[in-house]
Amino acid sequence: MLPWFKNNSRYPLLFALPALTIYLTFTIVPTVLGVGFAFTDWNAYRSDINFVGLKNFREVLSPDELYLFYLKNTLIFTIATIFFKTVFALAFALLLNGTIKRFVNLYRIMIFLPAILPTLIVALVFKSILHPSEGILNLGLDAVGLGFLAQKWLVDPSIALYSIIGVDTWKGVGYIMVILLAGLQSIPKDYYEAAEIDGANAWQRLRFVTIPMLMPALAVVTVLNVIYGLRVFDMVFALTNGGPGFATEVVYTVIFKAFSQGQYGLGTALSTVLLVILLIVGVFVVRLLDRSPNR
Amino acid sequence: MIKSSRTRLGFAHLAAITASLIMFTPVYLVIVNSLKTRAEASTLSASLPAVPQFGNFATVIEKGNLVEGFLNSLIYSSISTIFATLLAAMAAFVLSRHRSRFNRFLYFFLIMGIALPVNFFTLTWVLQALELINTRGGMIFLYTAMNIPFSIFLIYGFVETIPTELDEAATMDGCGTFRVFFLIVLPLLTPVLVTAGILNFLGVWSDFLYPLYYLNDSGKWPMTLSIYNFFGRFSSEWNLVSANILLNITPVVIIYLLGQRFILGGMTSGAVKG
Repeated sequence: MLPWFKNNSRYPLLFALPALTIYLTFTIVPTVLGVGFAFTDWNAYRSDINFVGLKNFREVLSPDELYLFYLKNTLIFTIATIFFKTVFALAFALLLNGTIKRFVNLYRIMIFLPAILPTLIVALVFKSILHPSEGILNLGLDAVGLGFLAQKWLVDPSIALYSIIGVDTWKGVGYIMVILLAGLQSIPKDYYEAAEIDGANAWQRLRFVTIPMLMPALAVVTVLNVIYGLRVFDMVFALTNGGPGFATEVVYTVIFKAFSQGQYGLGTALSTVLLVILLIVGVFVVRLLDRSPNR
Repeated sequence: MIKSSRTRLGFAHLAAITASLIMFTPVYLVIVNSLKTRAEASTLSASLPAVPQFGNFATVIEKGNLVEGFLNSLIYSSISTIFATLLAAMAAFVLSRHRSRFNRFLYFFLIMGIALPVNFFTLTWVLQALELINTRGGMIFLYTAMNIPFSIFLIYGFVETIPTELDEAATMDGCGTFRVFFLIVLPLLTPVLVTAGILNFLGVWSDFLYPLYYLNDSGKWPMTLSIYNFFGRFSSEWNLVSANILLNITPVVIIYLLGQRFILGGMTSGAVKG
């Protein structure tokens, strides 16, 4: 018998075995194999697989190729959505945490609603809302005399990525708001009273009481957003599919294209680059989510 | 003073109402357009239908293989939710109760899965080797694996709140680990199991990625993929697309309204540990 089975008959690891087996088979094995296959010329349409050393990585990280540009798009998406979601979510959370008493639940339900809708569906609806000539956003702007603000939201390569960021912010802000709201409610009231007695104004109370006390919640929100942002797919795929041209291509849409074209070796290399980035983030996740008292 | 705080309250409500309306607009558009005629709904406009066309729902059910898609989504979501939640609870129970160095490592190893990207290429190879590619069983396994890490994280924290004295008393009375877990601990975990269950169900119901990669056979498609395909064929008939979307999001919205307390509780549990 393995020692940990023998040592603990009351809490045998046998209980963790089914979960562990499924996790190993469908998550860990593909991940580890992927690192190995990233050094090969694996192609879906050929039967032989040859070791090619760093060739795939050189291609992915080469300044002559577009992969670094796709990586840059992914990072812009991630950072911008974190920023906008957090700022708006904090504003909403502050709004619903203090001044307003009536209808506060109704407001919260409404603002959170988009967060539970399937991303694909949200993207399809917004594709129509953002249509340059027939979409209600441009028609609405025209109707209220703000027609000069109308844009070719998803068609103009220079702003398409930002339009996607906008839609994603709309969808995700409620989720972040709810986490920040819970964080706000855990701040003791005395802190604000003490600050007020010391003569702190509203801005100073926000700056020196709310924000510092909200740090754990902000950290969790940031990490969750990084994990989401680096792996974004549905939103981009359904809104622009990486277009116009390749202006809004991100890592996961490029991986899907490599998959469709059978370029498995190159795709695995791209996945591996993303894996390294996420593992670094993963270390932070583990630190943050570590609930045990003896850390 | 009183007047200025009233004005502030007024502005706060105005801001909250504006935000709520902006958040609700797309759902409103889907609802009104699902009831329009084809001519009225050539674009996704905000106007109300002249005469509500409830027949649209019958049309999409017939044209879009909606019943099939709905049942597939239901099968994938419910079965994988039961597996992921139960297996995660079993693992979280022993890992949380017995914190040896090895078990702590195992816990972190498992919850690391929250952040790992999927390698779709080698996963194809694994699915082929297990003869699970393009099968319903394969989807259920993939979704179970997808949801295990976060479920373990959620449940692990909750197990701590159940006194170990209960396990000890039950052991004294002659219960083995299986009975301790299934008869004593599992019922007490109900709140967190409901939270994990709802989040898992909604996650699978919304997913689009795994079927896109691994299901060629349209008879096995979940609703998300059917809708995407339907949108490709009928993209200018927003009445039908909207009806389709409405039928897809109705279960989600019902679960949301009924299970709000659990959803919000679960989502925030990581944030307020202090």
